[in-house]
Amino acid sequence: MLDIKNFTLHFHSAPPENMAVKGISMHMDKGEIVGLVGESGSGKTVTALTIAGLINRRMAAFGGEILFNGQNTLTLKSEDMRKIRGKDISIVFQEPMSSLNPVLRIGPQVEESLRIHTNKTKEERKELALKAFKDVELPNPEEVYNKYPHELSGGQLQRVMIAAAMISNPTLLIADEPTTALDVTIQAQIIELLKRLNKEYGMGILFISHNLNVVRKLCTRVAVMHKGLIVEEGPVEDIFHNPKEDYTKKLIAAIPTRSRKNVR
Amino acid sequence: MKYIFKKLVSLIIILFIVSLLAFLAFQVIPGDPTTKILGTEYTPERAHALREAMGLNRPVIVRYFEWLKNFLMGDFGTSYSYSLSVKEMLAGKLPITFVLTAISFTIITVISIPLGILLAKFEGTWLDRIFTTMNQTIMSIPPFFIGIVLSYIFSIVLKVFVHGDFVSYTVDPVKFVKYLFFPAISIAIPRIAMTVKLLRSSIIGEMDKDYVRTAFSRGNSRDSVLYRHVLKNSIVPVVTFLAVTIADIVAGSIIIEQVFGIPGLGRLLVSSIFNRDFPVVQAIVVILAILVVTVNTLADIINQYIDPRIKLR
Repeated sequence: MLDIKNFTLHFHSAPPENMAVKGISMHMDKGEIVGLVGESGSGKTVTALTIAGLINRRMAAFGGEILFNGQNTLTLKSEDMRKIRGKDISIVFQEPMSSLNPVLRIGPQVEESLRIHTNKTKEERKELALKAFKDVELPNPEEVYNKYPHELSGGQLQRVMIAAAMISNPTLLIADEPTTALDVTIQAQIIELLKRLNKEYGMGILFISHNLNVVRKLCTRVAVMHKGLIVEEGPVEDIFHNPKEDYTKKLIAAIPTRSRKNVR
Repeated sequence: MKYIFKKLVSLIIILFIVSLLAFLAFQVIPGDPTTKILGTEYTPERAHALREAMGLNRPVIVRYFEWLKNFLMGDFGTSYSYSLSVKEMLAGKLPITFVLTAISFTIITVISIPLGILLAKFEGTWLDRIFTTMNQTIMSIPPFFIGIVLSYIFSIVLKVFVHGDFVSYTVDPVKFVKYLFFPAISIAIPRIAMTVKLLRSSIIGEMDKDYVRTAFSRGNSRDSVLYRHVLKNSIVPVVTFLAVTIADIVAGSIIIEQVFGIPGLGRLLVSSIFNRDFPVVQAIVVILAILVVTVNTLADIINQYIDPRIKLR
């Protein structure tokens, strides 16, 4: 479904020797949950945004290929890319509080991708939105539908974001640090939710995080990114028990002891 | 509802303070209505007798509350200079200034909002750069100067209208509005420049927000991100600014009325201050205060409707 081949990215604003992504390759199958781990600045978010065509093409030079269902998203016409965004590729962002439009009600925002990509009527869209709210376990769907973002908590908003991302039944859901801004108990709930949705609807999830521990709970495979390169890739348990690279070892060592004990 | 009640209470308090200050200001500035009324007949004795007859020798506070009581009963007093009731004097002038303000405000809104959106859309292009530079210049030209230039071009050179040929709305409403068009434009031009600049930068600032990225991620085109998501957010400061603008237009009309020879509120206000025609000035000040406070309240209500995070208190 997703095939990244020797992908490079260089922002025009950065010095020539400073490439954001220095040639990475990875593969994702349909319905798979893959983790992309690394510190800030490692190029993981930039990679994710490029997959969805959200990096302004005039701002950077791209190399290699990103094949999504056989189409190269790097060279696809922007109008064709727009038709994929929100329909086949959805994204859940890091900050649920600021990722929703503050002056619009929740309902129309959640069903927006349906409005753009399908001919469904207002009533049909609302029905699907309410169903999505139930799917992400939001209490009182009807009420939430008419609320404004500032009336919900961070955890609830992230559920709203997930509902909005999955409403069009995408093949690929990119989750860019979806739990980082949330507290630990909510984090765990969101992870469980993503797991369940993956099982029920079979959407592939590319889960981006700096937290190996969270990745381990969710993903089957993980790629570790460092300074624009994938330094290690493999099944999540292998990486945990047998890290080959120093950087991966350091990442594992960075997990607080309490949770590391559970690992071993 | 509760909000509107609260606003009404604060409106009353503000008007009370404004009217009191205007009243006191007249006690402080030198000059006396009796001097003007007596003219060449002036002697200190006559002046004193007249002051006594007009009740001007009583303490300020007593006179203020008497004025207030009459004002609340709908009696604005009698002009010292013309022995006409203030109400009658204002009745002919208020519509002129208000129509001038309304035309000017409409021009500002109708031109600056589409232009602001257009420049934001073409941010960084030559079109944007040319307009932004022009804007900077236009913003700093005072309306009276634009008024003089427009009069020269359109009245003297092109003969589109006859300068000084003002016709009251009671005589010929169409001609009346036509004559007000150029003064309205003169007030509007620098304000258009300011509003365009504000809206343009407000839109550009909003474009960097996270929710815009989310909107793009759902497959919105650039235009639909702008019109469905960004515009509503970026219009809030513009609404506030336009409310302030209305007060400014009224103030600006005082000067522009002199330039174009329009017998509106502005002219009356200036001559009344010169003549120390206190009841007229006091009434105009209070009417303008009501206008300013009402318009600002209206802007608050509109903004709360646009952005529910704004709490009306």
